[in-house]
Amino acid sequence: MNFAAIAWLVLRKDLAIETRSWEIVSTTLFFAVSCVLIFAFAFVKEEAAPGAAADAAAGILWIAVAFAGTLALGRTFERERYGDTLKALLLAPAPRPAIYVGKLLGIVLLLAAAEALLVPLIALLFGAPFFSRPLILIGLLAAGTVGFGAVGTLFAAMLVRARTRDVLLPILLYPITVPVIIAGVRGTSALTASPVNENLALMWLAILTSFDVVFVTLALWTFEPLMTE
Amino acid sequence: MKYVPALTVAVAVLFVSAPILVAMAPYESTMGLVQKIFYFHVPSWIAMYTAIYVNGAASALFLFRSRPAADRVGAASAELCVLFGAMGLVTGPLWGVKAWGHWWIWEPRLTMALLLWLVYISYLLVRRYGGPGSEKLAAAVGVFGTAVSPFVYVSVNLWRTIHPLNSVVPTLKSPFRPAFGISSLAFLALFGLLLALRVELGRRQAALDALYLADED
Repeated sequence: MNFAAIAWLVLRKDLAIETRSWEIVSTTLFFAVSCVLIFAFAFVKEEAAPGAAADAAAGILWIAVAFAGTLALGRTFERERYGDTLKALLLAPAPRPAIYVGKLLGIVLLLAAAEALLVPLIALLFGAPFFSRPLILIGLLAAGTVGFGAVGTLFAAMLVRARTRDVLLPILLYPITVPVIIAGVRGTSALTASPVNENLALMWLAILTSFDVVFVTLALWTFEPLMTE
Repeated sequence: MKYVPALTVAVAVLFVSAPILVAMAPYESTMGLVQKIFYFHVPSWIAMYTAIYVNGAASALFLFRSRPAADRVGAASAELCVLFGAMGLVTGPLWGVKAWGHWWIWEPRLTMALLLWLVYISYLLVRRYGGPGSEKLAAAVGVFGTAVSPFVYVSVNLWRTIHPLNSVVPTLKSPFRPAFGISSLAFLALFGLLLALRVELGRRQAALDALYLADED
């Protein structure tokens, strides 16, 4: 079997398990929405005019994605650990990087669903003009999600064996992925600024893409030795 | 281990001579006395970035070749990275409050240096609390930390910044140069000495653990 077929099989396996219970999707989406509500209480003042919190919207969007992503990453691998299925998955006669790519695609799909919910919600609640350049916004979100997911999937997979995995995942993940969050937030706020600063957003998109290349390459390279005991 | 006495002497000589040279160096025309922290601040960062690259190489070596010695070098350099980073993070705001009027600003270089420092604290946390097998996990953090660090350097050129540029160092006027050169050398020698001592300590710990295990069998 080739690389893409194996990655697709791993993704389909995760999707099949998820569509039986919808456990991770429903909890992640609800968590993302409650994050947004907490930020609303922190940033929106009663006397302020509608739309006054629009400049905070980009930050709120990316932080909600990062927090929900951490939760989802933990849950995805907790399920593998609980069923002791990760060992079986790794025993399969398949290249390890293909298994990693399958897992990564699952996380990216899940976060894409969360973003599809969060973007209109935040645009509505905070009056943020997210849809002025929809293609660039989609590009920023896609590149940011892949960068965050690439590191997150690797770290969550390797932490399955660690004792204090719940605490260690965010501790390891945030310092390393903060460049991704910074690029995402700055790029998105360039789009919500008036007038729209398209060149700045595209520069941040280019930086995000270079992060993605580095992170995905490194993750593919280190997944094999990390998952070998 | 056999280099330790020679290195100790070198570190002692350098750290005695550096303050004399720093005191002799003329006042910088615009910043005056405040500028002298530069002889302490920049060498701390040079030592921290050296620690990061040593850690990256050691982590990669441990990850792909499983050499226990590489793991000990990785752990030692991560500790030193946190130590020298702390020095840089303390001296930076001391200068910043005089020169910029702020203790801290969210400027790319400062932010990224702080982030790298946090990455190596998380490296130490994983090793300490990760349970058995956490050396490999820490090595992955080290590899990623090293990979992130070039972005720190690139960021300076990409974004407008009020931090003095790195290009200041090569164009430094000759009266400032000996003090800066000796300070940097002193910090690098100190890094080398501490690294050698810490690696040796790690080796002895491992040897002791092996003896305990052999005794139990």
